[in-house]
Amino acid sequence: MFRKYTVQLILVTLGGIITYLAYEELIGLYTLSVLMFMGVNIIMSTSLNLVNGNMGEFSCGHAGFMCVGAYVSSLLGVLLFSKDKIFGPPLLNPDLAIYFFPLVIIAGGIAAAFAGLLVALPSYKTRGDYLAIITIAANYIIISSIENLNVIGGSRGFMGMKKVINAMEDIIYLPWMVIWVFVFTVATVWALRRYTSSTFGKGVAAICQDEVAAEIMSVNTNKIKTITFMLSSGLAGIAGGLFAYIIGYVNPGSFNILKSTEALVMVYLGGMGSLSGAVLSAILFTVLLELLRPLQIIKWVVIPLLLIVLMQFRPEGIMGNRELSDIFPRLKRFYKFK
Amino acid sequence: MLATTIQNIINALQWGSFYALIALGYTMVYGVLTLINFAHGDIFMVGAYIAFFVATFILSMLGLPGWIALALTIPLTMILTSAVGVSLERVAYRPLRRKGAHRLYVVITALMCGLILEHANLALLGASRKAFPALITEHVYTIGGVTFTNLKVAVIFTAILSFVILHWIVTKTKVGMAMRAISYDKFAVPLMGIPIDSIIVITFALGSGFAGLAGILFAMSYPVLEPYMGALIGWKAFIAAVVGGIGDIRGAFLGGFLLGAVEIMVVAFFPSTYRDLIAFTVLLVILSLKPTGLFGIAKTTKI
Repeated sequence: MFRKYTVQLILVTLGGIITYLAYEELIGLYTLSVLMFMGVNIIMSTSLNLVNGNMGEFSCGHAGFMCVGAYVSSLLGVLLFSKDKIFGPPLLNPDLAIYFFPLVIIAGGIAAAFAGLLVALPSYKTRGDYLAIITIAANYIIISSIENLNVIGGSRGFMGMKKVINAMEDIIYLPWMVIWVFVFTVATVWALRRYTSSTFGKGVAAICQDEVAAEIMSVNTNKIKTITFMLSSGLAGIAGGLFAYIIGYVNPGSFNILKSTEALVMVYLGGMGSLSGAVLSAILFTVLLELLRPLQIIKWVVIPLLLIVLMQFRPEGIMGNRELSDIFPRLKRFYKFK
Repeated sequence: MLATTIQNIINALQWGSFYALIALGYTMVYGVLTLINFAHGDIFMVGAYIAFFVATFILSMLGLPGWIALALTIPLTMILTSAVGVSLERVAYRPLRRKGAHRLYVVITALMCGLILEHANLALLGASRKAFPALITEHVYTIGGVTFTNLKVAVIFTAILSFVILHWIVTKTKVGMAMRAISYDKFAVPLMGIPIDSIIVITFALGSGFAGLAGILFAMSYPVLEPYMGALIGWKAFIAAVVGGIGDIRGAFLGGFLLGAVEIMVVAFFPSTYRDLIAFTVLLVILSLKPTGLFGIAKTTKI
């Protein structure tokens, strides 16, 4: 009877254990931050997987949307809950931060979703590699416009998010960032799973196969493309917001095309269109980056080399186009959602 | 006013020449393989470094005068850079193509190759910038308030000459005919007795060779070399190639000059930090209005 709820139980236990370990400070800050970045990377790769894998477009400006989310949520958080040089005293009582924090992150996601329109609207007519250029251009446009907004620090960046976190920890002492990163990661993967198996998801798959044929079979391609792009960039915005609050500092330079490349690598390493592949490769990639940290600059020679070698032996990525439950069909007994 | 305008046009032509030369390489490879060779910008960077080593070697070891050194540097650099491009194709892209991997996995491999070139350079040569030796003395001419140097004129003419040569190769020679045939139908071409692999190698050699030429010219005009110089200019040249209509030589050439002109004009009238913002917005608008670029042909899709 309980077997169908195994996944939920495992997730709750895992979240509980990590929170407890962080609360008792049994694992170091370094390990903790690696775990949190892992969560952010999972959100980043799964959300890009929706566009690049499931819909078959080639979007290479994902970091731009993260940038929008990061800036909107950190500006909003600092504006509402903390004293700042630019915005002056907080608009709301800092005690409320504990309740409004997830809303602030989601607001960043919504803003990023609207930034996604920058790509979604041209995608009605522009296809394939031409759309890829539009995504790169969108990434540059977003970063460049934030660099030119001197009010919020321009290219020097923006900070003060740690105060919001501290305000939250003053009320109830819990590792809030760990909890929220975990919750948002699980929520993202769940939402994407539900989305790809819904009617919209079938439309997305149809667009991936053949856009013209899908249109003829009465799939409203424009609507589905708009929603998919907005969902993907909105989730990227959430990843960006969490990223900003984890570091406590955000600057446009950290969301450049190299960050987008990282997201691309994670998607194609996992296998196009495979949600569990995207999660696995995000975990692997984060661990790999940290393991090779002692190599310093050579790290960025070794990692691409490893990836190229992997591509030679397994050109379809780790999972290919399959999910974990396709490879191990017995896993299907342990969850009930489609 | 007129003098400033002409001055800006000359600057735009020079700046656009670099984009055009790099975009030519992108578009040739794309035209044949429909592969976005993201390592191309870094091949340009490698070309500049090769030119630096060759020129320094000739100047200091052999003690030859500047113009002979230049005459030796250009062909040597072009050959060595082509070798780099071709070896990338042999080592990384061809095995994937043989296995029938999805096109985008090859693109990711290209991105990785670019990263390797950048960071291997950084690891081997260090982060210190290299100063390119002056090969020819720069003469400054002033005609009616318009200032230009012999180098600027040489850059512009080299770009135009390269375009003419490449256009001739693609449209008039047998190799070019084979290239166009491959981009038209990949499966029928081998049946006609055309060696696909050799044609692809020639395409990579030509594209990388002209990226090497762009590297020499860039290093002579802005004599400071650093490992990341190819990344941004490569991405921008790719965008220029697409705006022109990727796969078309004329499109890449025009797109390069268009991007150069837009950037120079933005810098002339606005603060220079707005350059990327306005330039990319213009390109985004162009691509929204003409979804297949300036020279691109809208293909009818069959189901």
